Amino acid sequence: MQSASATTQPLPTYPPEVHAALLTYLVQLADTSLVLGHRLSEWCGHGPVLEQDLALANIALDLLGETRSLYQYAAELEGEGRTEDDLAFLRPATEYRNPLLVEQPNGDFAATIVRQFLFDNFHYHVLQQLQRYPDERLAAIAGKSVKEAAYHLKWSSEWVIRLGDGTEESRQRIEKALRTLWRYADELTTPTPAEQTIQTAGLLPDYASLLPAMQAHTAHVFAEATLPLPEGVVMQQGGKLGRHSEHLGYLLAELQYMQRTYPGMTW
Amino acid sequence: MLEEVSDPEVPVLSILDLGIVRDVVVEDEHATITITPTYSGCPAMNAIATDIRLRLLAEGFSNVTIHTQLRPAWTTDWMSAAGRQKLEDYGIAPPVDGTATGHMLNLFGADTAVRCPLCKSDNTHLVSQFGSTACKALYQCNDCREPFDYFKCHA
Repeated sequence: MQSASATTQPLPTYPPEVHAALLTYLVQLADTSLVLGHRLSEWCGHGPVLEQDLALANIALDLLGETRSLYQYAAELEGEGRTEDDLAFLRPATEYRNPLLVEQPNGDFAATIVRQFLFDNFHYHVLQQLQRYPDERLAAIAGKSVKEAAYHLKWSSEWVIRLGDGTEESRQRIEKALRTLWRYADELTTPTPAEQTIQTAGLLPDYASLLPAMQAHTAHVFAEATLPLPEGVVMQQGGKLGRHSEHLGYLLAELQYMQRTYPGMTW
Repeated sequence: MLEEVSDPEVPVLSILDLGIVRDVVVEDEHATITITPTYSGCPAMNAIATDIRLRLLAEGFSNVTIHTQLRPAWTTDWMSAAGRQKLEDYGIAPPVDGTATGHMLNLFGADTAVRCPLCKSDNTHLVSQFGSTACKALYQCNDCREPFDYFKCHA
């Protein structure tokens, strides 16, 4: 990844604790899109039909584009000479800040759809708010990505409905995926200390304010899919604080292999 | 001279047709060009920036600066009328204005009526929202059966 060119905006100045928290948050957002984008790219050539293979790769590409904008901003804000590539390729799993949901393996198509739906529903709604928030650069990235996230959410929502209200086989598979993945949903809307700091500083919406729209959408989709909403699930957290499942290490081993083996290589 | 720089993924369109050049400032031999990506992950952006630089250097500018700008986000409203005609002649249906996804939560909503670039029939259907590149969807004509790309309305 080579940056096309410099951007024009001057960097904002914040109090030190807000600056540090914003930096952590930007890396968290970028890690999230990178890890999920990488997972989706693993489908390339293996999708159930050609059109859905293309859809998965398109969504992966959108997420990687968002990742680059976020890492570029984070690298500039950090001001220590690191680049977007350093942030993506040279940090160990314990420094990755993505929520546990997005590092979960693809599983079957139903598992990929459930993971995508849970992420898209949060991603779309948070970007919609962020594009109107006062950090100019983050608002610009959000304003760009929300248009793409809207397509993603429509796609994953329609597939939840098709699979849930489809055949006996598709329904069994999506029910199994929900049993496996629902436990990672709450981490998305549970703020970390860094997120709380920038929420207090007015740079990020309070997640509680997103929940009504997210829940309404989920309720609508699940009703159409004739699926009951999972209840009484014990939630898992930790990825946003650097405590990951074993899956992330394997993912990063593949993602970072080239730069680790041949440092600084380009092509 | 920027009309001679084309989009590498849709070579029939220049970057001016596409509406991704947002600002041009020329001071003596120094040119500053501001461009904006169509989609965040558009892999053509680096190639386009390089092509602009080479074209301007060849024209005698000694110093070329290229800025990328995300805001305001690109919209197909910025695509020129000439660009739309070129797209259709090339076999890609141009964006139908006012059909931006707007509220995407309208699941399984009616497809946008898109004219087949081959036989000009409006009797077509959406195959997939995601096509050969990020900016296009896949359609098929119900009359001549031609599958074709549709340049999505993005606003």
